Amino acid sequence: MEALVKKYANKLFSAGLAEGTGPLSPIVGGLDDTLVWNRTGPEIKVLEQVFQNLNINSLVFLRPKAPYEPIIRYLAQKALDTHGLIEPKDCETRTFLHDLPVIGRFSADKIVAALKKRKSVIIAVPADEPEFSGIAVIAHGTVSPEQGFVVASSVCFACFVKFFADYLEDLQLGRANKESNDLFDGLLPDIFLGQPGLPDLAKGPFSTEEQLYAAIVQAGRKTVEYGLVDSYFGNISYCHNHILYISQTGSSLDELEGCIDPVRLDGSSSAALTASSELTAHIQTIAQTGCRAILHGHPKFSVILSMACDPAEKAACRHRDHCHTRCPQKRAIGRVPIVPGEVGTGPTGLCNTLPPAFGTSNHAIVYGHGVFTLGMNDFSQAFATLLEVETACRKTYCDKVRQLRSHLS
Amino acid sequence: MHINLTTRNLCVETPDRDFYGKYMGGKGMGGYYLRQCAALSFDHPDMVVCLFTGPLVATIAPTSGRAHLVSKSPLTGLVGDASLGGRLPTQLKRAGWDGMVITGKSPYPIGIEIADHQVNFSRADHLWGMDTQQVHEHLAPGKAGLASIGPAAENGVRFASVTVDLHHAAGRSGLGLCFAAKHLKYLMVKGQGHTRVKDANGLKAAREEIFRLTAASPALMGQYGFSRLGTGAVYDLIDSRRMMPTDNFKSTWFKHAPRLNAAAYSKAYAPEKYGCRGCHILCKRIARPKGLHPMALPEYETMSHFTALIGSRDIKWVVAANDRCRRYGMDTITAAATLACRREITGKNFTRQSLLSLLDDMALNRGEGKELNKGALAYARSMGHPESAMAVKAMELPAYDPRGAYGMALGYALSTRGGCHLRAYPISHEIFRKPVATDRFSFSGKARIIKIAEDFNAVVDSLTACKFIFFAAGLEEYAKAYTAVTGEKSSAQDLISIGERIYYNERIINSLNGFDARDDDLPRRFFNEPGTCGNQIQVAPIDRGQFLTAREKYYRIRGLDSSGNPLEEKANALGLEWKRL
Repeated sequence: MEALVKKYANKLFSAGLAEGTGPLSPIVGGLDDTLVWNRTGPEIKVLEQVFQNLNINSLVFLRPKAPYEPIIRYLAQKALDTHGLIEPKDCETRTFLHDLPVIGRFSADKIVAALKKRKSVIIAVPADEPEFSGIAVIAHGTVSPEQGFVVASSVCFACFVKFFADYLEDLQLGRANKESNDLFDGLLPDIFLGQPGLPDLAKGPFSTEEQLYAAIVQAGRKTVEYGLVDSYFGNISYCHNHILYISQTGSSLDELEGCIDPVRLDGSSSAALTASSELTAHIQTIAQTGCRAILHGHPKFSVILSMACDPAEKAACRHRDHCHTRCPQKRAIGRVPIVPGEVGTGPTGLCNTLPPAFGTSNHAIVYGHGVFTLGMNDFSQAFATLLEVETACRKTYCDKVRQLRSHLS
Repeated sequence: MHINLTTRNLCVETPDRDFYGKYMGGKGMGGYYLRQCAALSFDHPDMVVCLFTGPLVATIAPTSGRAHLVSKSPLTGLVGDASLGGRLPTQLKRAGWDGMVITGKSPYPIGIEIADHQVNFSRADHLWGMDTQQVHEHLAPGKAGLASIGPAAENGVRFASVTVDLHHAAGRSGLGLCFAAKHLKYLMVKGQGHTRVKDANGLKAAREEIFRLTAASPALMGQYGFSRLGTGAVYDLIDSRRMMPTDNFKSTWFKHAPRLNAAAYSKAYAPEKYGCRGCHILCKRIARPKGLHPMALPEYETMSHFTALIGSRDIKWVVAANDRCRRYGMDTITAAATLACRREITGKNFTRQSLLSLLDDMALNRGEGKELNKGALAYARSMGHPESAMAVKAMELPAYDPRGAYGMALGYALSTRGGCHLRAYPISHEIFRKPVATDRFSFSGKARIIKIAEDFNAVVDSLTACKFIFFAAGLEEYAKAYTAVTGEKSSAQDLISIGERIYYNERIINSLNGFDARDDDLPRRFFNEPGTCGNQIQVAPIDRGQFLTAREKYYRIRGLDSSGNPLEEKANALGLEWKRL
């Protein structure tokens, strides 16, 4: 347990979600018969009471750093002014978290009450409070500190996506205010950086399992390093000799060693029962396109823009509450098609909606979810496309905002 | 509903809200009534046989068409219980009953027939001796739910099961023999009412969340998931992880497995999907062989134990053995494990004929079957080789070798019904990676994980829902459904707290029957012999010191003394009566 609490505290830092040291660095606790923490801190007294009042085995206390901190502070304050919930519309939140409760005090009873119902709670305390002030995300687990890490990371991702998606819509509707404008302006230097150079990925086609496993692990790690995915999300596959090698469900793209399932495409074995929930979409895409490599990430601005819609059209649309499954429009960002679809299988699953999009493109965005890109021989092309799509989406977003604000001013 | 089969007296109890809040339904309520007669033998007339639905039954909550059967296990002397599906639970609830507590003993074979609030007793002398298929054909229940026993229970098989709606079973613990001890041949229920739901929109919202999570689950709805291939989908996975019990747990990999997997059954039988009422996963597979009745194909445990564990290499043997057990009303896991024990002790391999003959002998209590039908431990002792019984507290282990998953090792040892994988169900995280993956070759953190999971699953069996859905959804979503149905405010953590009470109650019942830390253990083989290494996986013997340390931690976390006995203070804190009967 000691190793796990340290590992996930470090991952919160390396994922860019928190400081690595000091009083704002993450606190992660793990409980078997005794409680262990990755570090000491004044917050632990309250967090211990949380442990005492819940049937859990782990707890993550995250002080998010910029750009997440100001975004969550902004959204949390709005939530506290209304019904105490942040309600992002991205796929991960909709599927796994549902909504994000916010409380205005760092007290064990309030935290316990929130965590009894949900996997996380956001704490937003005004700066003038003596005991505790600022923003924190607390998430728990019943099996491993990894759960708290995943959830806290998802909360940050969801809030990021929500702020930028809402801001664009607010500008379109003429209801953006000084506070949101100022926040956006303050975030610009951190967010809108130039496109980094491409990594030197292994060249295919790969002829041995050893080569292709190494290539998958390398591409997964680079996807995380380039910020094209939060460290937990996404999936990746490579097809060779009628076997699809795909990342396992819930595997972390930067830790894929030992987490790749070989799937026999003739259906003669079900050993890949633990393969990614997008296995069917990968198989069908490969069958349709003849590609060998598929890379799926959750780059933020691709997700944000995929949810952008003309407010007037949306207001008139009878599917406006089910955009993620029933959007009737053929939509695209530039030449990148956007398709609806939920995680996994089912009638509205992206296993049904995604493969047709590859009839005209070697990349596609799933509404509020992420980007899928293809490579004919290796991951170089897929990676480059993923980066290009995200860079283009970021630029498009920025241009839209600039245009709307100049129009308004 | 309380039924005394000696007096034919029937009385209706209407518990107060506190009782529902405290014990929920299903397993929780069954455990409450079992506690009142905990020290009696399974065949004492005052021993209860309880069948309870849960609050979600007969609503649109996914996978909630289940009930829990509870009594004293004839096989183990522990709490004996089993979750059962089919349509019976829904019918019982629709008839207006949350559950029934059966006591007494009829002087002759009898059947209970319930149609809404009308309860009739029918003589069943003419059905005694019939197998469960014949009973079903004779009674022709139509849309009614039907639970019946077969010749195995009538002939005293310690692991006799109750067959429900032809293709389902309350399989483990020998609950069929509890029916037989009361001369109860069958229970048939038809109901026309509905479960009242306080907040229909809230329930619908919870259901949508659960559906969305299910669709995202590879294990349930994926390309190779239960919905596509049945529970047999697990066969290849467990073999690839080098934890398939082979040759009576002497090794953990079966080289013939690739020809005996779910794909092989699909090819040979082209089965149809089938499932319990109210379930969209449909994990059962029904074959329709020419000239034969439709039959359920074997579940994963049966597939594995009737091949790798006993050394057979033909799926037709497995299908025949499975069908024979179903007709006789015998638990397939215990039957196969006992035969594997016999094979190890005698050195005799099976032929198709000898395998099926021995199943006949067990069920009909003749020849060698007279010893085999008491289970592996009793058989091995009678043969002078108790070490060959791969059982915990006299219940034979299912098809996950504990050397390949240490949470499973701890879960087996500590389970309140003996060698059971379902109490803590650690393959969820150790193999299926849900909610996240844990290190399967480590005891680190496992003591608390097992305790929380036991509480979790106790409440799942009380709601009553199917455990499979929790590879995808969580109590967060089911608490929402529970609140919507009952109007009682609740949360995931509130439900787990109820589960803790239910589980601790079972620990008290077992303690009253003399079980303690000496029984919370695994067969020596797992500490002394390695499994089968390969595929870059090392399967070492379990370190006994680490196992015992984890068990000690569990006792502390669970609130037991160092001998595994319940504590009065903890019982009081949970609102449970202390040990006095």
